[in-house]
Amino acid sequence: MRIACSFCGERELGEFTYLGDAKPVRPEAGASEDEVFDYVYLRDNVAGATSEYWYHGGGCRAWLKVTRNTLTHEISSIEPAAGAGAAKVGA
Amino acid sequence: MAGAQTHRLGNGGLVDRSAPLNFRFDGKAFSGFQGDTLASALIANGVKLVGRSFKYHRPRGILTAGSEEPNALVELRTGARREPNTKATTAELYDGLEAASQNRWPSLRHDVMSVNQLFAPIFVAGFYYKTFMWPAKFWEAIYEPAIRRAAGLGRAAGIADPDHYDKAWAHCDVLIAGSGPAGLAAALAAGRAGARVILCEEDFVLGGRLLSDGGMIDGEPAAEWISRTLAELAGMPDVRVMTRTTLFGVYDGGTYGAIERVNDHLPSPPEHQVRQRLWRIVAKRCVVAAGAIERPIVFAGNDTPGVMMASAMRTYVARYAATPAKRIALFTNNEDGWRTVETALGAGLQIAAVIDARPEISPAHRSLASKGGFPVLHGSVSGVDGGKDGVRKIAVSLTGGARAEVEADGLAVSGGWNPAVGLTSYHRGRPKWRSDISAFVPDGAPPGMVAAGAANGDFGLGACLSQGFAAGAAAAHDAGRTGNAGSAPVADDEVFSLTPLWHVAGKGKAFVDYQHDVTASDIELAQREGFESVEHLKRYTTLGMATDQGKTSNVAGLAIMAAVSGRSIPETGTTIYRPPYVPVAIGAFAGHHRDGTFHATRLTPSHHWAVEQGAVFVDTGLWKRAQWYPRAGEKDWLESVTREVKAVRSGVGFCDVSTLGKIDVHGPDAGAFLDRVYINTFSNLAVGKARYGLMLREDGIVYDDGTTSRLAEDHYFLTTTTAKAGLVMQHLEFCRQVLFPELDVQLTSVSDQWAQFSIAGPSARELLKQIVDESEDLSNEGFPFMGAREVTLRGGLKARLFRISFSGEMAFEISVPARFGDAMARNLMLAGAPFGVTPYGTEALGVMRVEKGHIAGPELSGTTTAADLGLGKMMSTKKDYIGRVMAGREALVAPDRQVVVGIKPTDETRRLRSGAHIIPKGQTPGPGNDQGYVTSVCFSPTLNQWIGLALVERGRERIGEIVHAHDPLRGEDYDVELCNPVFYDPDGGRQRG
Repeated sequence: MRIACSFCGERELGEFTYLGDAKPVRPEAGASEDEVFDYVYLRDNVAGATSEYWYHGGGCRAWLKVTRNTLTHEISSIEPAAGAGAAKVGA
Repeated sequence: MAGAQTHRLGNGGLVDRSAPLNFRFDGKAFSGFQGDTLASALIANGVKLVGRSFKYHRPRGILTAGSEEPNALVELRTGARREPNTKATTAELYDGLEAASQNRWPSLRHDVMSVNQLFAPIFVAGFYYKTFMWPAKFWEAIYEPAIRRAAGLGRAAGIADPDHYDKAWAHCDVLIAGSGPAGLAAALAAGRAGARVILCEEDFVLGGRLLSDGGMIDGEPAAEWISRTLAELAGMPDVRVMTRTTLFGVYDGGTYGAIERVNDHLPSPPEHQVRQRLWRIVAKRCVVAAGAIERPIVFAGNDTPGVMMASAMRTYVARYAATPAKRIALFTNNEDGWRTVETALGAGLQIAAVIDARPEISPAHRSLASKGGFPVLHGSVSGVDGGKDGVRKIAVSLTGGARAEVEADGLAVSGGWNPAVGLTSYHRGRPKWRSDISAFVPDGAPPGMVAAGAANGDFGLGACLSQGFAAGAAAAHDAGRTGNAGSAPVADDEVFSLTPLWHVAGKGKAFVDYQHDVTASDIELAQREGFESVEHLKRYTTLGMATDQGKTSNVAGLAIMAAVSGRSIPETGTTIYRPPYVPVAIGAFAGHHRDGTFHATRLTPSHHWAVEQGAVFVDTGLWKRAQWYPRAGEKDWLESVTREVKAVRSGVGFCDVSTLGKIDVHGPDAGAFLDRVYINTFSNLAVGKARYGLMLREDGIVYDDGTTSRLAEDHYFLTTTTAKAGLVMQHLEFCRQVLFPELDVQLTSVSDQWAQFSIAGPSARELLKQIVDESEDLSNEGFPFMGAREVTLRGGLKARLFRISFSGEMAFEISVPARFGDAMARNLMLAGAPFGVTPYGTEALGVMRVEKGHIAGPELSGTTTAADLGLGKMMSTKKDYIGRVMAGREALVAPDRQVVVGIKPTDETRRLRSGAHIIPKGQTPGPGNDQGYVTSVCFSPTLNQWIGLALVERGRERIGEIVHAHDPLRGEDYDVELCNPVFYDPDGGRQRG
């Protein structure tokens, strides 16, 4: 598999580390245990397009948000993950 | 003297008669020519029997002339280079080659295990499962070893491979598999369009079937077209043609695996050269021109030596000028098989008969038969009379029911052609059935891949050329190369008329999968027993599961299954195709990652100095760390370590701790950032001070620990454990980039930039004074415990100095730029000589931390909370931080959790071992009363006894209790006392000193 890092261009899978689902957003300070539990543990098991975190540790150390089809491994979009998991203040 | 090549034609072929090569097969000397394979050289010497079959030990000959060969497997080379299951049909002949047949004893001609054939009626599919069921324990001890001895392939060398294997990357626009007419035409088109092209050909000569079948292209003989085409390709700097290279796998994102047999055609690789090279090729487009594989027809005795695929027979005659037989019969169900007759007649060989299963035969072939003086029999071969010396007579069932016999010493068989659908199916593409050729063709190929020519089911030469050319041009265009490709080479198409025929009923064993000895009746049995699905059929009979992956057998097998189960072939379907297309040596996947270069090795800045000191090293992750420094006369490691500990506790010692992860944290929000990743607070840390920190995972479990110092208002210097250095950096980057983007903070890994030494012991300050500039105040007032600041060393070098202690003694850690690490170690030895300075290794470091009750890796086990480690009070209640909420879950704050305590054996002379389980005293050990385990132990020179740390249920409430340590692994049982984990200087006076 190859991932086109937003900063470095297309690189080989070995330069990257997978983290997991990029959908959960970290709850704000003061969130209930249930909310945090969902954030830490609840994940969808998607057969199809899913967004996930990849870390370009073998390159620029950027965290990327990659949309990948779990059935075909086809990657449809890649963007920097800046703020992707940040608590949505006031939301 | 090698035997004469009795079966070699006087002229023709692509062998160099001026370059004879001597070789040995089963110890007997033969000769062949440059350009031979082992198979063609054996044929040229009249050798028909080359192996014994897997299960029945039946005599077997050479069936094919390519990588699909199921029979002619040999052990190639000797000694450490002995390679089992090598296909004689692809092994290039070299002078001095030695090969041995497999799976026979005492010899190939007299194999006692061929007695298995007498029991053939009971050796049916599932025989082993059904027979060796009872008693169960006999399976591993008796049945399996016996079966493995009797049934089998070649023997592995059993000793380390002396050769080197390489791995390499390549990138291109268009990757082409195969150099037949379609592949060469594709390369021409793509190359002319300006594409970067890589063409892989598994053979050592380019041309594919053109080398055997010839033909006219653009009005000239195929051989001339090949050389003209290769010359044109050679003139294109961006076209790379790789022979002896098989494309074996297709991976995601246009990544392909190929194996290049760089030096397999030599007795051993020349000095400093590799044996094989594993290529990972990244291509924008791929054209599969891998051709097709001729398929056998299943009939009784079809495995007799001398029965050969029709295309292989004409390859041996035309390309190698070697004659598998003098009097040849052909059994075909299609037009293409007749080309073997034409080739054989052209070489002056005799045709005994053609047995054609089709109702109609073309007038051209009728006149060929009458001119050649041989009969054409309408019908099928129903049996073969012959044995290890080859075919003698062929029984024919004529259409209409009559029988006939043909005397021949060779039988060429053609059941049609199966496109090589492996590569196109590796992403779970399911080939689709094309009834006009009665074969599966590619469908659902991976993105960017297209099949052309015979690989796509279009067998005519003209079609191969035009399809290959069009595919090459389109691939180049897709890759953005738009140069003028010119026009495609032109040739006529042969007629391909075929009447499907898979299996001829008859008496005797009719083989489908030659390599795994699967017969037509095995498939019928599987159907009767309910294994109708092709995936079940495959696993029950092992059809297609041998090293050839059923290249000659799968389609015939499922056609027979379709017939007996009353379904069509496409309804029956194919099994899933998986790489590798050909067997690839594990050595090639490993490449240079073996022995001392299995992984990268990291050396500490003082490594070479430590080597000079005679240090013993330990692998910690990728690092080599000095474990202890033995001195002359010391009898074991314990004596050395004990000396080092005593030296530190009574004087001064130093240790290279550069392996710790080091991260510079810069920015106005650096403090706020650290507050969110550590359980304790760093924003209120004064400049010039250090603080111990503990970080959790988001699930509330402890992740890592280390000291962090504040060197300036907006600059912290953070350290991690050695093991987690990279992971903590990754975690902090995640927090910074993904979770807290609003914080203005930057992280820089400086682990490799700083050499760091711990200097510990009552004389540490006196030693340091010899190192740092006289103006630096190191007094307790000027540089108190947990102080951290930049200092100037004598000579002007800037260093970072931290007054932190892992040993419990007054201690400093000093950081200098990594390039001065070696000099620092040497200077500490010089400056410390008056104080009796002693370098110490990781063992002494570990002893002192256990004496001091500090936690380390064994306690940071991924199951412990801050409170478990006795650090619950550090958890701030005034701020949010990673893991805070989850750390409050009921089970993580339960009162009966296992927590860190110290342990001492009640028998002071007893040695402790980590891993022992803690059981209440007086109880019988069992899972119900397992209350924890011993995590770390050491011999404490200070206390003169073994001590340890353990995780024990409610441990802190039980100090003073005697419990039982149960170590079933080592068969040890003894009592220990639970105690305060800080064995040494509990009030910390020495480190603050």
